[in-house]
This record gives sequence, C-alpha cells and structure tokens, in this order.
Amino acid sequence: MKSSLRNMVMVLLLISLIASSAVGIVYQLTEEPIEQAKANKVNQAIAEVLPPFTDLSEGKEVDCEGEIVKVYTAKSGSEISGYAVETFSKNGFGGMIKLMVGYMSDGTINKIAVVSHNETPGLGDKIEKSKSDFALQFEGKHPDTFRLAVKKDGGDVDAITASTISSRAFIDAVKRANQILTENK
Amino acid sequence: MSNWQLLTKGILKENPTFVLMLGMCPTLGTTTSAINGMGMGVATMFVLIMSNIAISLVKNLIPEKVRIPSFIVIIASFVTVVQLCMEAYLPSLYNTLGVFIPLIVVNCIILGRAEAFASKNGVWASALDGMGIGLGFTLSLTLLGAVREILGSCSVFGYKFVDADGILVFVLAPGAFLALGYLLVLFNKFTAKLK
Repeated sequence: MKSSLRNMVMVLLLISLIASSAVGIVYQLTEEPIEQAKANKVNQAIAEVLPPFTDLSEGKEVDCEGEIVKVYTAKSGSEISGYAVETFSKNGFGGMIKLMVGYMSDGTINKIAVVSHNETPGLGDKIEKSKSDFALQFEGKHPDTFRLAVKKDGGDVDAITASTISSRAFIDAVKRANQILTENK
Repeated sequence: MSNWQLLTKGILKENPTFVLMLGMCPTLGTTTSAINGMGMGVATMFVLIMSNIAISLVKNLIPEKVRIPSFIVIIASFVTVVQLCMEAYLPSLYNTLGVFIPLIVVNCIILGRAEAFASKNGVWASALDGMGIGLGFTLSLTLLGAVREILGSCSVFGYKFVDADGILVFVLAPGAFLALGYLLVLFNKFTAKLK
C-alpha cells in the first residue's frame, strides 16, 4: 500500500490500540495466577524450612535496607516452635538472591530454601538444594557458634567450587536473616 | 514450494541457527542446558507462528513506510502474552528463561520471517513457514543445549549419567561459542555430503 501521512498515522494508531488492549486483557487474566504462583512459592518455602508446627502467624513486615521482608512465627499450641525469615542479598553474581531461612525456637538454623536467584546455571545455582549439598551444611548450626563466612575468609562454610561470589552472597543473606530475627523475635 | 517443503526447510536447508546464523543472542545465552534451550525454542516458535499469521493477515492494510514499526508492535504484543502466560502457568521455566523472554522481540529471525515471508505470502503458508523455522530453531537450541549440558555438567535433560562435575567452561559464555563453532563445522560437513 502507498504511504501517506494520514494512512500511516491511522494504521499505527489502530495497531497500537488493538495490541495494547490485547495485552491488557491477557494481563487481567493472568494477574491472579501470577500472584498465586508467587504466593505458592513463598508458602512452599515456609513449609519446607520450618520444624513441625500447627499454627503460622501472618508475616510481620520488616523494613530492611529499603526492602520489605516478612518474619513468620510458627507455633504448636501456645509454644513457639520456630521462625521463618525472608531474606535477601544483592551481592549475588547475577544480582538479587532471595532466601527463606527457617529457625528452631532457640535460634538454631533448621533449613534454608532458595526463593529466587539469577546465578549462573551449573555454577552459582548450586545454592539450590536440588543441585548440591551446599545449603545443607547450615542445618542444625547455631549462628552464635557457627562462623558465617567461607573458609577462605576465615569462616566455617565450605564454599561452592568456582562460585565464591554466590557462596558469599548466600552467607550474606543468612547473616541478614539472623539480624532480622534478633531484632524482631 | 509445497507445504511439506515449507515445514521442513527450517530444519536443514534454512536452519536459522546453523545456516542463516540469526538470533545468536538467545542461542548463546539460553542454551546452558537442553531443557532451557528447548523452552526458549518453543517460546520463539509460538511467537513466530502467531506473528507470521497476524502479519500475513494485515499485510495489505499496512503502508509500506511504517511496516517495520507495525511488525514490531505485533511481535512485541505476542511476546508479552507469552511472558505473562509463562509467568502464570509455568513459573519454574519462567525463572530459568527470565530475561531472555522479552528479548524474543528483537530476535532477528522473527522480524526476518515477517519481512521476508509473511508480508508476501498467504496465511496458511506463513503459519507453516513460522512452524518450520521455529522447529529448526528449537531443534538447534536443544542440540546445542544438550551438548553443553553433557560436556559441562555431565547430565542431559537434568538426568545425571556420570557423577562428575564436567568441563565447567561449557556452561559459561565462552563454552557457548566453542560448542556452537564445532556444531557448525559438523553441520556443514553433514549438509555438504547431502549435496
């Protein structure tokens, strides 16, 4: 078709209108499932890291270095059985790493789950439990006696081979969780 | 060209990765494992088919001078739809492909097919063309992903066949170039024999 100013403007306007409304409709349709998928992931992580419990509190929102994180308290009857703390580190090799750290009532680390990360596949992504045993070494350790730093830095943590940056970021996130927990128990 | 030729030309004769050498950014970036490569390939194939169909439908209504912006808007809309649907229904795949999904918009293969094929042919032929090229792209990415996964982490489609660490470099960016280069050599040798 031959171009004239009028038909060019008209066609572009029409195409943009149709395209944006189509995207808008799909957004509306997928908004709920996306929220659901994100909430599911967090809930799964909470259930995974906590010791057995009967009641879970609503997450208490805490402002930590400009990010909102949540602290969940789990109870069995009236007794506190543990805490789940959302935490993060911005020092990952691929940026943000988000973790869920579960604690026993006395502050011992129960389990740690990775919520999201962008670490290099095959290297840094070994922070995930399904890919290596790295995250398991924290289980049952108390932050007061277990020095949270890689062995290279004088700590007790075995870093992932060739992924010291990811390991350090993971530890950084765990440390932050400790801090959040002691401030918000 | 017959329908069958339209569908199969993308696999060998006009393979987007090994012959046309288009879309190298997602090819090198996402193929750290076979499943990632396949996911990217399938997402691209979907966008390619849909955009080819849409563009061949509206090709006579678009003034020549604004055809590229029009195509880009159409392609970008389909990519956004794919991204939203993937985030909603396949969150784990979305997590691994993450940043590469929006990059499908600027994948040269898609604009290339829109410009070279869909804007000159009918709906049916364009859909087949999109499917054929998409199939070739998916197969190439899966193959490259599988090779890198086998060499780099001693597993294939996540299944570990030897309990070893593999040659690390193949999972990283330089390994992508190496693996692609050697696959290209083998591909050319193979297709030269066919001729």
